[in-house]
Amino acid sequence: MLRIVAVLGVFWASAASAEVSVAIHYLRQEVEAPPTLSGLDPIPEDDGVRGAELGLADNATTGQFLGHAYTLEVTSVAPGGDILAAARAALAETGLLVLDAPAATLLAIADLPEAEGALIFNAAAEDEALRSEDCRANVLHVAPSLTMRTDALMQFLLQRRWTTLALITGTLPEDLAYAEALRRSAVKFQVEIAVEKTWAFDADMRRNASQEVPLFTQDLPPHDILLVADEWGDFARFVMFNTWEPKLVAGSEGMSPVAWSPVLEQWGAAQLQGRFVDLAGRGMRPRDYAAWAAVRSIGEAVTRTGAADAATLRAFLLSDDFELAGFKGRPLTFRAWNGQLRQPIPIVHPRALVAMAPLEGFLHQRSELDTLGLDQPESACTAFGG
Amino acid sequence: MRSAIALLLLAAPCWADAGEIWVTNERDDTISVIDIATLAVTRTIPTGERPRGITFSKDFSRVYICASDSDTVQVMDPETGAILHDLPSGEDPEQFVLHPDDRHLYIANEDDAVTTVVDVESRTVVAQINVGIEPEGMAVSPDGKIAITTSETTNMAHWIDTGTHELFANTLVDSRPRHAEFTRGGTELWVSSEIGGTITVFSVADQTEVAKIGFEISGIHPDRVQPVGFRFTPDEKTAFVALGPSNHVAVVNAETYEVEKYILVGRRVWHMAFSPDNSLLFTTNGVSGDVTVIDVAAQEATQTIKVGRFPWGAAMRP
Repeated sequence: MLRIVAVLGVFWASAASAEVSVAIHYLRQEVEAPPTLSGLDPIPEDDGVRGAELGLADNATTGQFLGHAYTLEVTSVAPGGDILAAARAALAETGLLVLDAPAATLLAIADLPEAEGALIFNAAAEDEALRSEDCRANVLHVAPSLTMRTDALMQFLLQRRWTTLALITGTLPEDLAYAEALRRSAVKFQVEIAVEKTWAFDADMRRNASQEVPLFTQDLPPHDILLVADEWGDFARFVMFNTWEPKLVAGSEGMSPVAWSPVLEQWGAAQLQGRFVDLAGRGMRPRDYAAWAAVRSIGEAVTRTGAADAATLRAFLLSDDFELAGFKGRPLTFRAWNGQLRQPIPIVHPRALVAMAPLEGFLHQRSELDTLGLDQPESACTAFGG
Repeated sequence: MRSAIALLLLAAPCWADAGEIWVTNERDDTISVIDIATLAVTRTIPTGERPRGITFSKDFSRVYICASDSDTVQVMDPETGAILHDLPSGEDPEQFVLHPDDRHLYIANEDDAVTTVVDVESRTVVAQINVGIEPEGMAVSPDGKIAITTSETTNMAHWIDTGTHELFANTLVDSRPRHAEFTRGGTELWVSSEIGGTITVFSVADQTEVAKIGFEISGIHPDRVQPVGFRFTPDEKTAFVALGPSNHVAVVNAETYEVEKYILVGRRVWHMAFSPDNSLLFTTNGVSGDVTVIDVAAQEATQTIKVGRFPWGAAMRP
């Protein structure tokens, strides 16, 4: 009932008087985007980077009252470039790295001798293995894992009792990974994927969608929702409204579980969106949000500890004392057993928020947020002393 | 059931005295005026866009309204509901507080990381003070010497010397501070932290933290217990604390800092106002679009009154 904590004012005063400099390096491995049927919605070149910049501005405003100064350096390595050399150079300057790179690259960097004792924030790779058998003690994951997102979607479908699903999957590795996550989440929440088809057409759907998609979906058995696994936005935008039966589309297109979306406005999100649009001149994307959350997590830890070294910050971030106000309605914290940032997952369509997972009724002994993604007993991660 | 309570109230007018509660409806661009004697909405008055903070002048001849998305503070004649003029408020005014001199408004500009001081007579900006990100909670000490701004993303209470309009202290609190109030004759400052789930109590003399109040409601996850607005009874012995999406108001003993009771109200409770005789407390419930009436002596919710969409601020007019 009652919690009174006597706190020594002296502590904050001493933290405040010290001049602290915090250097953060944002390192990106650029990836060639595969060709897509539509030329709409290209991925902005500064995806992610702008989120880190906003996080830095937020930190700097707080820091000015405490004598804490923050700097952000951005290195973007072209496809095929020497990312490990760039990582070594960055780690020579700072132990705080925000990394936008695929899983294999992330592991190579985390395992560099120079990365020992550093703190790397994974702002991009959604692979489950990084939160399980391939976890690293020096890597925290601010991007949600794939199954955190697909669990969110399945919670919603189960709550609505739309429990018989069809799935159309593209052929790219990201599509296959997303489809696999959908299958795992379907099993977890006992929702049935009754039928699967692979989209392997090479026709230009801007001419043919109305003719081909009805036929392609005509033989699907009865289903409540048509799932699409199309993570690069290739074909699924042409599936909507062209199905044989009148079906709602969810997954990569239609109703999507995402880390962030420009349609969020509740929980103070309107303010974050406004600041982002002022800075970047475009809407805030999931990778921007992950990068923002990484830089803000660093800022919050520096503010509360008065320290700037990776070891102190890591210990604080993984402790019960850390919480980040992430504009998703409840505090964000790190899972102490695999370094994953706990976070609600918005389920959105292009015009509005549909629901925020975890949904009411999905309970967990520790935190309802742990109903999303790998839970402690399922994670094979041991690097965090688990 | 509800009508029975209403009849009971009508039959006992001495219990709830005359007066009105003015409620800003954030997503309707209106004010709902509740008549305290009948507990019914008697007027709905149009305002600028996204009205939030609301306060009356000392003599109640003027009402000031933060029209956040119109980037202005509107000055209204409460008799007629007519807008008399706008005040230069800075961008996105969210909350404000009227200085005891009845002349200066201290306004939190949420999008601009600035506190704006406006002279309501000359209608000019007297000062703008840089504060943390997303300033929101505003308070002025009873002697008028200190103004407080809380910043939601910087997680601080900023202490402003009203004589110089300079910051003289910045104190950290838990995440997302929303509201601030002075109490104990201005010797104590309370600041609520929405995401942190706490109220921090400061000694005003040296800005040190003297206590932190936590909340725990059985059956509701701590993440959802989010303190926002709060009000003290005139004797300063009791604080009523709105706990946001937990849909409860906490009754806190302001002398021992112990939580004594939780009262179930509407969904996402924001702010509150007392009736003139302090026998009733009115809470704005953002998501359910209504106002809960609390019997202060009994510490029980007695009635719900439908208002506009997303009611936010509340102010009493005798």
